[in-house]
Amino acid sequence: MSLQHIEQRVTIPAHGGGTSLGADFPRLASRAVVRFLSRYGILIAFLATWQVSSSAGWVNAAVLPPIDTIVTALWNGLAGGTLLGDIAISLQRAGLAFAAAVAVAIPLGLFMGQVRAVETALDPILQVFRQTSALALYPVFILLLGLGEASKVFVIFWATLFPLLLNTISGVKQVDPKLLEMARVYGATRLTAFRRVVLPGAVPSIFVGLRLSATTALLLLIASEMIGANKGIGFQVMNAQYNFQIPLMFAAIVILAGLGLIANQALVSLQRRLCRWSSPID
Amino acid sequence: MASTSGGEVTIRDLSKSFTLGGRPLAVLRALNLDIRSGECLVIVGASGSGKTTLLRILAGLEAADSGGVAIDGSPVHGVGAERAVIFQEPRLLPWLTVLGNVAFGLEVRGMPKAEAEDKARFYTALVGLAEFSDAYPRQLSGGMAQRVGIARALTVQPEILLLDEPLGALDAMTKIGMQEELARIWSEENVTMVMVTHDLEEAIYLADRVLILPREKGGTARLVEVELPRPRDRSESRFVRYREELLREFGLH
Repeated sequence: MSLQHIEQRVTIPAHGGGTSLGADFPRLASRAVVRFLSRYGILIAFLATWQVSSSAGWVNAAVLPPIDTIVTALWNGLAGGTLLGDIAISLQRAGLAFAAAVAVAIPLGLFMGQVRAVETALDPILQVFRQTSALALYPVFILLLGLGEASKVFVIFWATLFPLLLNTISGVKQVDPKLLEMARVYGATRLTAFRRVVLPGAVPSIFVGLRLSATTALLLLIASEMIGANKGIGFQVMNAQYNFQIPLMFAAIVILAGLGLIANQALVSLQRRLCRWSSPID
Repeated sequence: MASTSGGEVTIRDLSKSFTLGGRPLAVLRALNLDIRSGECLVIVGASGSGKTTLLRILAGLEAADSGGVAIDGSPVHGVGAERAVIFQEPRLLPWLTVLGNVAFGLEVRGMPKAEAEDKARFYTALVGLAEFSDAYPRQLSGGMAQRVGIARALTVQPEILLLDEPLGALDAMTKIGMQEELARIWSEENVTMVMVTHDLEEAIYLADRVLILPREKGGTARLVEVELPRPRDRSESRFVRYREELLREFGLH
């Protein structure tokens, strides 16, 4: 794949389609291309520069292999099934931890945001825990839970818990007291006001927490898999580097980036569905 | 959709003070007032005269220090189904559509959603927003949002409608239109309306009686009966004379 090749692919939509749209087509198509390039232009240029620098020998191709080599390694890893097992175990670890964090943080955050006494009592210890790096605690978790799955899932859970918890609490506290007073005028009980006003009002902030937590989950996943794992994407990154299988290492990194993008996109779509009422979500 | 007669308010020896900078500040002093069933009473007064406090006590959102309020003979403790409040801000739930917001009060009171929305549709049309039923609050102008707030209050068919400077945040043109709207709604709905405003023209346009709360200590509240035929004409000479009279009460004329 050369630079020209990529550029050609970009311009295909402008010339490749049918003429059924009539005279407006070229103008619409060129506008679409401009929109596409203004969004993805720099990314494409970055990949193209990488490809050219590597294949032309400007950089050490053993350390930064050409993109087509990475794609080939990725394809072989996926088609051969070796990377699929790693993806499965990684998703299981991150997914389990994320689900546990959601199950704990959202109910706890809703409760803490509502009851001032609980928040006052728990806030100091939460601040201490939050400011203590989860990675620094990982050795402690290993001592307590062993070097197996439990400590890995737990360290991810631990790191994922706080962004979600703190955003849920702030979401509840940000709900306009004037709306609660309005609900009270119509005779809303505390439970009704919570269900009809507090909960929907906190949803956007909870989503901020979910997206932060998903990113954190993947971050901690890799870190935990780099220490004492024999399977998983994070393990593959380290292992391929030890064995100097650099294209495979990059293939594992690409998978990670892909998982992050997919997780974020899934949460954004869900947020769009649930929060159609609010201003557009970036 | 007229509510049955009722909505008579009796206020006896009502006092309320706040602590401001460590000192008690009396805003209402032994106020006595009878609000007639179905009348439109407008409360005016300088800022700090306690007009909003009075309305909030009537709504049951604040408690009096001494004295009390009775509605149709029974004393008021807290909020009640026979009263609805329209605030200065529309206070709409941004995640509900216009129709959802109008139906909110009924749903909170336990009416099934479909039935509540049926009723809500009637009042949404009454305030002229039928075609915006599915819009979200962020898509509405200030005047439209306030109409939604008004429709939400009407939907629960209160005997007493309490309005706390409901048009205070609107621009002058929208405000005049909304005053006409309120006059029309009041005449159609047969509801007791108690409204706080700082706009004297608005008071004369809408009120059967205007209650003027004193600013200074020891002053007494005064009632002015507005005997003008409806719909009222703002440019009429008697309308202007009422305005002058109220201005004199404030020492501004």
